[in-house]
Amino acid sequence: MEALLLYSAFNGLIVGIFYALMALGLSLILGLNGVINFAHGTFMALGGYVAFTIEPYVGFWGSLVVAPLLCVILGVAVERILIRPLYGRDPLFSLLLTFGLAMIMEDLIRTIWGSIGQPFALPNYLNTPLSNSLFFLTGYRVVLILITALVTGALFAVLRFSRIGIRIRAGNADLETISAMGVNIFFLRAANFGIGIFLAGVAGILAAGQLGLSPSIGSQLIMPSFVAIIVGGVGSLLGSVLGGLIIGIASGITAAFFPVAQEVVIYVIMAVVLVARPRGLFGQEGLFE
Amino acid sequence: MSSSIETKPQAARHASTNGRVAASVIIWVALLFVPFWLPMVGGYTDLASRALIYAIAASGLNLVLGYTGGLSFGHAAYFGLGAYGAGLCLIYIAPSLPLAILAGTVLGGIAGILVGPMAMKRKGIYFAMITIAFGQMFYFIAVRWNGLTGGEDGLTGFSRVPLHIGAQTIPLGADRFYYVVLALFAVVMAVIWQILRSPLGHSFVAVRENTTRLRFLGVAVDKQIWVAFAISTFITALAGALNAMLTGFASPDDLGWQLSGSFVVICVLGGMRSFWGPFLGAIIYIVAQDYLSSITQNWMSFIGLIFVLAVLFFPQGLLGFIKARTRS
Repeated sequence: MEALLLYSAFNGLIVGIFYALMALGLSLILGLNGVINFAHGTFMALGGYVAFTIEPYVGFWGSLVVAPLLCVILGVAVERILIRPLYGRDPLFSLLLTFGLAMIMEDLIRTIWGSIGQPFALPNYLNTPLSNSLFFLTGYRVVLILITALVTGALFAVLRFSRIGIRIRAGNADLETISAMGVNIFFLRAANFGIGIFLAGVAGILAAGQLGLSPSIGSQLIMPSFVAIIVGGVGSLLGSVLGGLIIGIASGITAAFFPVAQEVVIYVIMAVVLVARPRGLFGQEGLFE
Repeated sequence: MSSSIETKPQAARHASTNGRVAASVIIWVALLFVPFWLPMVGGYTDLASRALIYAIAASGLNLVLGYTGGLSFGHAAYFGLGAYGAGLCLIYIAPSLPLAILAGTVLGGIAGILVGPMAMKRKGIYFAMITIAFGQMFYFIAVRWNGLTGGEDGLTGFSRVPLHIGAQTIPLGADRFYYVVLALFAVVMAVIWQILRSPLGHSFVAVRENTTRLRFLGVAVDKQIWVAFAISTFITALAGALNAMLTGFASPDDLGWQLSGSFVVICVLGGMRSFWGPFLGAIIYIVAQDYLSSITQNWMSFIGLIFVLAVLFFPQGLLGFIKARTRS
């Protein structure tokens, strides 16, 4: 019983990591760019598929670096060409545009790589369990947790200490003022969008190794990420991460005991949070009210 | 999002009113004779039924989206609930078409009444995110509740039943069913028209234009949004029920995010600020979808492309574009 609970909670935690990484990027882009990037999930899927294609040439670790960067290049191009004209307009339009983008990208992924799921080959030393008693703890899962911690930690350090990070946070608070102070907010928003997409790309490769690849993996993972943001709280990056982990674990535990409800439980948590504490666990008061 | 105050000379106002009446008459006459002229231009009657059903759904959504200014991106949930409700009613309760349509409408509408207050805790783009998420909840319920809903394969095992009026039994072929849809479309449009002319409808627009001021005037803004959302989900659910009767099938895709986005793009394409906008948008969308899916496997890319192009080049929609042109 306890073993099952531990096992399923850990499974949930792994999936929650993907939600958290996605929610972190979404939350960043939502904050500074004021855009719900619905195509975030397909950028993630793209990261996984690109890594799948280049892995034979550059290896797993190489693809972990190269594939997200390729996603970033595409993401910044999308921001510059498609999203930039929509700043300052009704948020309806940017959301609708990324909806369309998600459809196009998912369809293209299906056309290029096929609609059947693809296994993502991991180095052998990562696939073996670390010990017999903790059979569910493979090397890959440890690596996955470490990489996520590293990336998240690096992001928070950048936001805290680097000049661009400080500007991003300042822009979140008051974009007009920092623009008047001479910050190039067009560059800043593009950079911020790129960082968000980078996180999606990393999540894509990590998820590919754990869950395998399918064209709809992006839209499967993006919905819980929305819930992660709502549960974690408006405008809080830390909240988004914790929200992702919480719903991941809740879903994992439910999957073991009441598998039919493993997805629905996520939305029930969201409903409870919206009723009991509308601003979310770590949300700031007064945003979007 | 501000609307300019129009000051037109009396004569011009009369002319535009006359034009509008003429346009309505042409639209209704054309709709009345669809089974006669549509096959001549290469269409089929079910296509027109589908366009009208989508027009009902999008017109319902537009009450929230266009008039109240709430970004609901999850309306397919209520469309799908309408479809499942109608199908389940036919299978388990009684083989009656009016009852099935009523059951679907009520099921979707009640879901809307329940979701409304929770989604409304946040405004703007956040409201959009919450409505998307709730839409997914209903999607997963439909996919996972295998025994009742047929899971991923969708709900089958029902078909369009004949209409019983008194002792008479009227079988519903494609043409007759089209007239059922058309009649309900007319009722829905009349109801929306009446609502928009009433104080309630004016308060919807006021929510969109200046929430703060409305609040100072002593109007319970949240209640108004809730009412708009609830009415709109009832109408969209009605469309879903009709769609299930049209196809004899309720699919999880009826609740999916792609369809939610499609309803929004239909409103944008036709013109969100116009009464007939969603109707025009639905015709464009359904014809485009029908054509694209017949010539290419990648029709989803092209639908997505329509989203992108509509946003970038056509944000006021067709009717907004025409209005801007005739005004200048």
